[in-house]
Amino acid sequence: MTAGRAMRRAAGRVDARGRVAVAVIGAYLVLAIAAPLLITPADLSAVGAPGAPHLPPSARFPLGTDVYGRSMLAVTVWGTRVSLTVGLSATAVAIGVGAVAGIVAGHFRGRLVAVLMHVTDWFLAMPTLVLAAVLTGVLRPGAGPVVLAIGLTSWPATARLVRAQTLVVEAQPHVDRAKVLGAGHWHVIRHHVLAAVAPLIVVQASLTVSAAVLTEATLAFLGQADPIVVSWGTTLQQARDAGSVSAGHWWILFPPGAAIVVLGLAFTECGRAVQRALRVGPWEHP
Amino acid sequence: MRGSDRGRPVWPVRRLRHIGAKLAGAVTSQVAVLVAAFLLFRVLPGDPVRAMTRGRPINATQLANLRAELGVDDPLPSQFATYVGLLLHGDLGTSFQYRLPVADLIGARLGATVALVGTATVLAAVTGLWSGAWSAWYAGGVVDRVGTAAAVTLWSVPTFWLGLVLLAVFGGGLGPLPGLFPTGGIETPGVSGFGPVALDRLWHLTLPCLTLTAVIHAQYLLVMRSSVLAVRDSAFLTTARAKGLSDAAVRRRHAVPNAYLPSATLIALNLGGVVSGAVVVETVFSWPGLGSLFYEALTVPDLPLLQGLFLTITSAVIVMNLLADLSYPLLDPRVEVA
Repeated sequence: MTAGRAMRRAAGRVDARGRVAVAVIGAYLVLAIAAPLLITPADLSAVGAPGAPHLPPSARFPLGTDVYGRSMLAVTVWGTRVSLTVGLSATAVAIGVGAVAGIVAGHFRGRLVAVLMHVTDWFLAMPTLVLAAVLTGVLRPGAGPVVLAIGLTSWPATARLVRAQTLVVEAQPHVDRAKVLGAGHWHVIRHHVLAAVAPLIVVQASLTVSAAVLTEATLAFLGQADPIVVSWGTTLQQARDAGSVSAGHWWILFPPGAAIVVLGLAFTECGRAVQRALRVGPWEHP
Repeated sequence: MRGSDRGRPVWPVRRLRHIGAKLAGAVTSQVAVLVAAFLLFRVLPGDPVRAMTRGRPINATQLANLRAELGVDDPLPSQFATYVGLLLHGDLGTSFQYRLPVADLIGARLGATVALVGTATVLAAVTGLWSGAWSAWYAGGVVDRVGTAAAVTLWSVPTFWLGLVLLAVFGGGLGPLPGLFPTGGIETPGVSGFGPVALDRLWHLTLPCLTLTAVIHAQYLLVMRSSVLAVRDSAFLTTARAKGLSDAAVRRRHAVPNAYLPSATLIALNLGGVVSGAVVVETVFSWPGLGSLFYEALTVPDLPLLQGLFLTITSAVIVMNLLADLSYPLLDPRVEVA
């Protein structure tokens, strides 16, 4: 069974809840790509903002205006771009590191593998956000360091699950048969292990995006994103620093938060739907 | 299941070996933290002295002194030795922002964090573990569905946003609702006397503590729920029922104790998440603990202070994990020593 065939079979078995989640993710993607057609740089300029600061929702500004007087609708739509770019890139880093570490730790034996597992457990126990924030703080805030920081701190869970699955696969008789017939490490990993861990990696990737979007917003709220680039976390940080929160300007608070929650839930649900469709993994979650 | 094992003597040597192994693991983790901090603060920035003094007024003599003190011109292994030597003497350097020793700053802020995290953890453990066990026992019922849905929602909401919303609604006041709680800090200036000060502190603690509790509660509930679900259909519970024990007695005396261990393991594993949550909550509510100090160090950036906080926070997590590991045999006598 190849990984590609398993994926296609899974796609046909995703249930209605999963399809809704995929549709929501698709809508976010379309908005992110179409944003430059809908919003001009003038709409997002902090100095020449189109409206007065802190305006409640009106016909002209359906979601009100932010601390600079920019339309919250434009700001929220534009924020999709950073969230998705950073969330997906950080996930690519995390899943890449996690899958390689997990397969290596599951396939090979010896002292180095033991060290690798200790490193994984160490990262698993550390306060991820603190580690990521220190990394961006040292490297200077910006999108690149944020991607690196999230990617390098979110791989351990994937590594553990992939390792467990690798151990299960390698204990099966058909892998022993392949080894007896002369299959090397590379052949076993490519043809047997990879096919078996691929569904797990897809599920983990989806769940990791959800966590990465959340961490990105949190790091931006802690001032670790480029303040010039409009993002959900940065908008909320500016609102807090300008005293909008205690002043009750709920329209600045609500849209970015709702956007984060819905996107996070969509990726979580998408991951769970794939999990249900492929019946992978023994994690049970309500 | 528990009772029959309780009387069996555990060889002191084996128990000591168990404690020794856990201690060795914690020491290894601590060394890893030192290496990580060294890499992050001394190797990664290229020239650490320039990185530390970025944008600070500093003259050539001060610069030369700092270079000599940190030994940045030595080879890396001897730099690491100097680095660890300074830390072992409790010297975490001097904050650029406050011009005070980092160790003193951390000491002054520690109490507030312990109060916040401690209160929230105890509250969340009591409510979360209890409602988790209840949810699993009556899985599919109204209490389970409402409680679990609420927990999953709290789980998906970013902690800082939950804090901001609570702050806006209960701190700032929304519409006809007046602001019921303070919008930040730990005390109202001018309040004196033991009673009024204690009440004032509690009043300030309410919102940050509620936010942190909500986040931890969700985690405890979900963990306890799945642990109890895992044992709910075990044969030993059937036996207990067959003996004629009431449903409540089966739950309290047989099911829940057996779910403690997996819960404790997962909770210890998630301590890092609690600490991250505390950093965010303290920042939102300007609670004067280590978390808001971390945020202040991060925004400047004040690298000596950031390094001191990184070492303090990660070491605390390692120590808490060690304590959790050592408590497993007390929670469940079946835990044999590895």
